[in-house]
Amino acid sequence: MTIANYLVLAAVLFTIGAVGVLVRRNAIVVFMCIELMLNSVNLTLVTFARSTGTLDGQVIAFFVMVVAAAEVVVGLAIIMSIYRTRRSASVDDANLLKY
Amino acid sequence: MDTVPATGLLAASWLLIALPLAGAAVLLLGGKRTDRWGHLLAIGTVVVAFALGVACTLELAGSETTSVGVDLFTFISTGSLDVSAGLLFDPLSAVFVLLITGVGALIHVYSVGYMAHDPSRRRFFAYLNLFVAAMLLLVLGDSFVALYFGWEGVGLASYLLIAFWYTRPAAATAAKKAFIMNRVGDVGLALAVFLMFAQLGTTSYAGVFGSVGLLAGGTVTALGLLLLLGACGKSGQFPLQAWLPDAMEGPTPVSALIHAATMVTAGVYLIARSAPVYDATPTARTVVLVVGAITILIGAVVGCAYDDIKKVLAWSTVSQIGYMFLAVGLGPIGYAAGIAHLLTHGFFKAGLFLGAGSVMHAMDDRTDMRGFGGLAGRMKTTFVTFGLGYLALIGFPFLSGYFTKDAIIEAAFDRGGASGYLLGGIAVLGAGLTAFYMTRLMLMTFFGRARWSTTGPDAVHPHESPAVMTLPMIVLAVGSVAAGFLLVEVFPLVDWLAPVFGEPEEAAHVVPPLVVSVLVTVVVALGVLLAWVVVGRREVPTTAPERVSLPVRAARAGLYADTVNESLLMRPGMWLTRALVWVDNRGVDGLVNGIGAGLGGSSARLGRTQTGFVRSYALGMLGGALLVAGALLAVAAG
Amino acid sequence: MSDYPWLLTMIVVPAVGGAVVAALPKGRDALAKQVTLGVSALVFVLAVLATVAFDTGGDRFQLVTSVSWIPAFGVDFALGVDGIALVMLLLVGFLVPVVVVASWRDTAPAGRTMQAYFAWLLVLEAFMVGVFAATDVFLFYVFFEAMLVPMYFIIGSYGGPRRQYAAVKFFLYSLLGGLVMLASVIGLFVVSESQLGAGTFAFDALRQLEIDPGVQKLLFLGFFIAFAIKAPLVPFHTWLPDSGAEAPIGGSVLLVAVLDKVGTFGFLRYCLPLFPDAARAFAPAVLVLAVLGIGYAALLAMGQSDLKRLVSYTSIAHFGFIALGIFAFTTEAGTGAVLYMVNHGIATGALFLVVGMLIARGGSRQISDYGGVAAKAPVLAGVLLVAGLASLALPGTGSFVSEFLVLIGSFPAIPVVTVLATVGIVLAALYVLLMVQRTMFGPARGLVAEKPSAFADLGRRELAVVAPLIALIIGLGVYPQPLLDLIDPAVAATMVDVGSDPAGSTPVQEPVTAEQGAN
Repeated sequence: MTIANYLVLAAVLFTIGAVGVLVRRNAIVVFMCIELMLNSVNLTLVTFARSTGTLDGQVIAFFVMVVAAAEVVVGLAIIMSIYRTRRSASVDDANLLKY
Repeated sequence: MDTVPATGLLAASWLLIALPLAGAAVLLLGGKRTDRWGHLLAIGTVVVAFALGVACTLELAGSETTSVGVDLFTFISTGSLDVSAGLLFDPLSAVFVLLITGVGALIHVYSVGYMAHDPSRRRFFAYLNLFVAAMLLLVLGDSFVALYFGWEGVGLASYLLIAFWYTRPAAATAAKKAFIMNRVGDVGLALAVFLMFAQLGTTSYAGVFGSVGLLAGGTVTALGLLLLLGACGKSGQFPLQAWLPDAMEGPTPVSALIHAATMVTAGVYLIARSAPVYDATPTARTVVLVVGAITILIGAVVGCAYDDIKKVLAWSTVSQIGYMFLAVGLGPIGYAAGIAHLLTHGFFKAGLFLGAGSVMHAMDDRTDMRGFGGLAGRMKTTFVTFGLGYLALIGFPFLSGYFTKDAIIEAAFDRGGASGYLLGGIAVLGAGLTAFYMTRLMLMTFFGRARWSTTGPDAVHPHESPAVMTLPMIVLAVGSVAAGFLLVEVFPLVDWLAPVFGEPEEAAHVVPPLVVSVLVTVVVALGVLLAWVVVGRREVPTTAPERVSLPVRAARAGLYADTVNESLLMRPGMWLTRALVWVDNRGVDGLVNGIGAGLGGSSARLGRTQTGFVRSYALGMLGGALLVAGALLAVAAG
Repeated sequence: MSDYPWLLTMIVVPAVGGAVVAALPKGRDALAKQVTLGVSALVFVLAVLATVAFDTGGDRFQLVTSVSWIPAFGVDFALGVDGIALVMLLLVGFLVPVVVVASWRDTAPAGRTMQAYFAWLLVLEAFMVGVFAATDVFLFYVFFEAMLVPMYFIIGSYGGPRRQYAAVKFFLYSLLGGLVMLASVIGLFVVSESQLGAGTFAFDALRQLEIDPGVQKLLFLGFFIAFAIKAPLVPFHTWLPDSGAEAPIGGSVLLVAVLDKVGTFGFLRYCLPLFPDAARAFAPAVLVLAVLGIGYAALLAMGQSDLKRLVSYTSIAHFGFIALGIFAFTTEAGTGAVLYMVNHGIATGALFLVVGMLIARGGSRQISDYGGVAAKAPVLAGVLLVAGLASLALPGTGSFVSEFLVLIGSFPAIPVVTVLATVGIVLAALYVLLMVQRTMFGPARGLVAEKPSAFADLGRRELAVVAPLIALIIGLGVYPQPLLDLIDPAVAATMVDVGSDPAGSTPVQEPVTAEQGAN
């Protein structure tokens, strides 16, 4: 197994996540796509950590996980409250913050 | 001429200025409390100043020195500029001090009667006192800065007094016009002071006159011309003559004191005082002559056409000051003659104005001579004093004008050559015109049928003025009769002023004096006769005839001086002002506000890209990230 | 006596006073006024005492106080005054109590209190003292910008109908200039760091720098634009008529009489000594702007229909004269320019105050609404006339001395420009006398005819406001030498900095007998 395979997988996952964020309307799905992107980055970090033999990448990956977890908590709470008031989880319906 | 520090009484000559100034301050600050006795205080200060002036003059005459200086305090000292406030008492300033305080005192007394019923009499006397103080500063200052101080001071007093009846729009406008046209002249005077400082490093008379000979010819000529511009503004000389007749909107004592006897002759004083400058520049001196000659004719011609008694006298003043300019423009042979005419003119013109004031007093403040006539019998004192002033002015033999005006005409002929004959001819012609318009004035006012009635809506009841008014008129009439003889034959002014102007060399007469005298007398007689033919023989129409010849129309319009000023300066100025207001609001401020509005507008437009759709933001982020990544790759690859 | 930190006290006293006035319980307007008057009068006394402690023959900067403030950037809280700054402090100290008394009966718009107004006035005074007293360029910059804040609130909260517009315009315009200056201030620091090893903002150290001419020009422009906006010179002037017209009278007075002087003060204190080569290079352009401003603003003043805008435009014309005097580079003209700052502050202050009293009676700023006021209120008319005459620089008023000095000092150096500027004195007479005639003379017209009872003559309080101003106008017109003695050495030192002969413009030929007539 070369390092390239891991990186290609990470790139594919990231692309799927990015496209998902752009094309999907459901806030939950968008959220999951963001998680996908974060984890693809984690994969890259861990890959490089392994290849260079240092721990830095792994440490940062943990940071990312923690931040992602926090983000999920806040994000889901927002989505919940939006859903309660609007009866919809579509991100296109929540466009009041403009101009 | 060496100036020595003053001692004794002369050291107190600053009191001459301080007294009337204090009077003005008390009257202005004291308010209504001083209403009852204010005019007495004003008269008192001027009378005391007159007495002091006489005493100082006697002391000067009795001492060995001819010029004393009083150093008061350092006015301005910075860098290389050093201006001290100081006074110079010499024969020339002494003459003016006596004229200003003497005539001033008489007119103060006259005003008590003339302004008796005016609620603002106190203010009037305050301004008069202010004027006397400023005028004394003008003639007593020992530097051009002090002169400028007094110069603008009398301008202010003149403004305040012309606008004394400020509720009349005409008075307010005339006052403003006088001030502005004076300021045009003041620019010349100010620039002359700057030029002196730049070239000589000093502005004092002693310093400037001591070293004026070192300057280049062009510089001295410029200096002379700038001083002349100042003199023209103050003295109502061509091309700045138009304000003086309008200034007659002021109360008549003001016209007598300021716009006949004293302030308007300040220009003559300036040129006479600056004799060393003009001695060094024949060019500028020639311009003085030209200005004087032109003004003699303008004043005399326009004076023939006006029907307003005060304005005729005003144009006469313009013309007579033209004689004085002519005299001082002639150089050493003319200085003393010019000053002598200035003094006698001060007497008879002040007397004439006071007489005119007396007539107006009798005629409910009317000034149109077409509504007068036959007043000789109603007001005998006024008639006699006015008549004596009239005779003095036209140069009736052995009265004041005869001596002093003939001296000027003689000096003009003595200049020699074609220019001498031309100037002399103009002066003689002016004398004839003077005789014409003054006779016309006399005939229309005092003789003929009365063109007013004691009944009906326009009823007037002409009466002689009270003694407080006639007394000064009598004194001035006596002066009009005797001053010329006294100043030329008994106490020759030429000798008194010799320390200032130098001993005049006895010029070879081009035309014998007797011939000049006879010629002038004949021309004057012709003028009188012509006036009698035109005005005296037939009935004077009560309204001015409409169908008149072109010259008369031009003269009635003041030879179009106002028209020229308005169309060349005022209208373009107003147009320019309006255009600039537009440019400033729309252009300069428009640009400023435009930048603001542009920024606001473009930010509003950019704001439209913030749609509120999360996914479009995400796309933007992705695009940006790709761009950055691409740029980095390109850099890495390149 | 001279060791006492006079300048620091003069900043702290009004600042604390402002805080106290702001903290007073609501509704105690009378107490607020009394405290403000007391504090501002105390500052004036301090300014006088500082003048007594100042030695005209001594060092250039005196009454020095210096505390290290931000050591990392070499910033000191350094105060000190030369003669120029000292006379400006006297002007500030004198005008603020006058303004307080003049604003005594003003009423605040709905939702505002006069208490806050007076608090802002004191804060403004503290900053104004600071800006003139700072000898550290960074400290100067801080005060320069800080001044905007109280003025913004004074205009924006207590002004006329378009006060918001005027306040924002004033603030943005000044801020723009200030930020350009900040760039130059930082530039100066960088240059000082490279030349002296350690960066500094101390004026005396910066004055010694030998700055490359190209860099000098850029840095000069940064300062110049800020000051040209502040002063203001044409064409950076359009904020002043708006602010001057919309501000409450007290604000207008301080704005035109003091705040704007920071611009001309800055020319003299910073532009000339710090960047002498650049100042010389740009002087012709500045002189053109100055003369253009004299004529342009005078004509515009004539064309105004709003009294306060008219007075604002006359000030712009006067700032042209001041700039002319500064950039003529002669001691006489420079001294005249500084004296002009003082006299203009007094004369225009008086003019604004009297115009304000007229507006308070009629309730309109339009000239056409008045006419024939002199018959109803002769003292008011007289005071307006005196203030107007001071504005047109009639001899006998202080303005004459300063205008005369500016022109006579400029003439040997720049004759053509001076001749053009001298023509401006005719225009000055025109706009002043036109205004006097239209409002004061003639029969009663407009509002004067409609409600004659409103046009009572000046009351005791109003007389107390104008009397000291008029006394100073005439006093400085007759005996200006004491102030000149203060100003002259400082200007001469500045002329040395900029490479001119401090002895003044020397005559072409040595006069033979140049003694004064009486000696």
